[in-house]
Amino acid sequence: MKKLIILFFAIALLPGCSDDWGWYVVNPYNKSGLINVKFLLSGYYFTLLLSFTSILISVVVGLLVALPGLSKNPWLRNFNRVYVEVVRSVPILVLILWVYYGLPPITGLDVTVFWAGVIALALSDSAFQAEIFRGGIQSIDKGQYEASHSVSLNYRDTMRFVILPQAIRRILPALGNQLVYMLKMSSLVSIIGMQELTRKANELVVTEYRPLEIYTVLVLEYLILILVVSAGVRWLERRLQSDERA
Amino acid sequence: MAQAVINEDIQIKNVFKRFGDFEALKDVSLSVNAGERVVICGPSGSGKSTLIRCINGLERHESGSIIVDGITLAERGASLQQIRSRVGMVFQQFNLFPHLTVLDNITLGPIRSKNLSREQANKLAMTYLERVKIPEQAQKYPRQLSGGQQQRVAIARSLCMEPKILLFDEPTSALDPEMISEVLDVMIGLAETGMTMICVTHEMGFARRVADKMVFMDEGKIVEMAPPSKFFDSPNTDRCKNFLKQILQH
Ligand SMILES: Nc1ncnc2c1ncn2[C@@H]1O[C@H](COP(=O)(O)OP(=O)(O)O)[C@@H](O)[C@H]1O
Ligand SMILES: [Mg+2]
Repeated sequence: MKKLIILFFAIALLPGCSDDWGWYVVNPYNKSGLINVKFLLSGYYFTLLLSFTSILISVVVGLLVALPGLSKNPWLRNFNRVYVEVVRSVPILVLILWVYYGLPPITGLDVTVFWAGVIALALSDSAFQAEIFRGGIQSIDKGQYEASHSVSLNYRDTMRFVILPQAIRRILPALGNQLVYMLKMSSLVSIIGMQELTRKANELVVTEYRPLEIYTVLVLEYLILILVVSAGVRWLERRLQSDERA
Repeated sequence: MAQAVINEDIQIKNVFKRFGDFEALKDVSLSVNAGERVVICGPSGSGKSTLIRCINGLERHESGSIIVDGITLAERGASLQQIRSRVGMVFQQFNLFPHLTVLDNITLGPIRSKNLSREQANKLAMTYLERVKIPEQAQKYPRQLSGGQQQRVAIARSLCMEPKILLFDEPTSALDPEMISEVLDVMIGLAETGMTMICVTHEMGFARRVADKMVFMDEGKIVEMAPPSKFFDSPNTDRCKNFLKQILQH
């Protein structure tokens, strides 16, 4: 609610300011301002595409890394620990640079800006997802495994039909937080030239010399995005919970 | 000799089970014939749960042998899978799947591990829900049911796998007193169908009524094993006498 009030005042300020402040650069009521606003808004496309692609991949990878972490086999558990610790200790920005500039010569693959961003973001996030999944799965009562065993379910079916559906309901708030985090971290991919929100703002600042106004719009763009996504996550949570009660 | 094996559903011989340094089962031997009803009692921590959990492979015994329906329970591999599908288990805490409806709780096993179609499984599930007298609850979720109803769903879930043997681990201990009899009634009904049953319970009225064999355990050992008439009227050991006195007081 507090966020909404701040947002309201921030938006009210925009047309209220005089031309001295330079709001004309992003004033949709004049022609060049409208072009600029459209340019800034077009950054949403790659911010969203990048973030959602990355989170989908990181959820899958995170789960695949979490499962060996729950194994009785110490080698598998060690794999999990090493993966999580190593990936977590590299800053995302460094990972982005490394994937973009380092991966092509090593692998011989042609890594586009978009996929370099996706790989780096997904890799970084997968370590957190792995920890979230591990915690979620560990929180499920062992009686659930025993009951599955007693009706002859194998490991895969036990996970798929009994453990994961319950674990995912529990970790949904954490997954929502990761999505918000991912949307914000995607701004770092601007450094290798990804045309997302932050990059668009940077480019406009270079041509218009109006950093205050343009970056204020950028802040608002992220604010609106995060508020909408958070509301969506909460809606989904409520729906899943009422499913269980219904 | 060969005939004896066929008539015995469960043959436990000289089984030991350790948790770390602690010996939970010490040289336990027990055989259960097809259709026989065995009731196991004994003080808390005496190894009752561990024993029956060894029978369906939830715990691995260290030495000795367990043969279920002619199949030797080995360390890993196919035998465990084969035995699991022949042995059902009902738990003290029910262990229903909270995110699934009653019907889905019961049909999940048959659909996934016995390859029944959903239609076949639903039909079978409804027969067993009628057997435990709650067919009208099929579409509800476990949390919407009373404890007694939940345990009856758990029994139906086990029955729907059509096991030869059913294990009960204190099925009424987590229930409010007024719900105990509805579960025991279902179990008595089952006993009358000739199902092989091993029940860990302290419900002595039930034991007297259905048991063919009473087993008393203490400190990881079977201390006393006798038909109910002998067991209740003239137990051999003082430990068993004292235990029965305590139990029958309340
Ligand atoms: N997973 C386990 N790890 C360590 N000790 C255990 C475990 N399961 C059971 N025990 C111990 O083994 C003994 C027998 O337990 P249990 O078979 O559950 O007894 P009962 O069912 O007769 O109350 C107890 O002392 C208990 O603490
Ligand atoms: Mg017990």
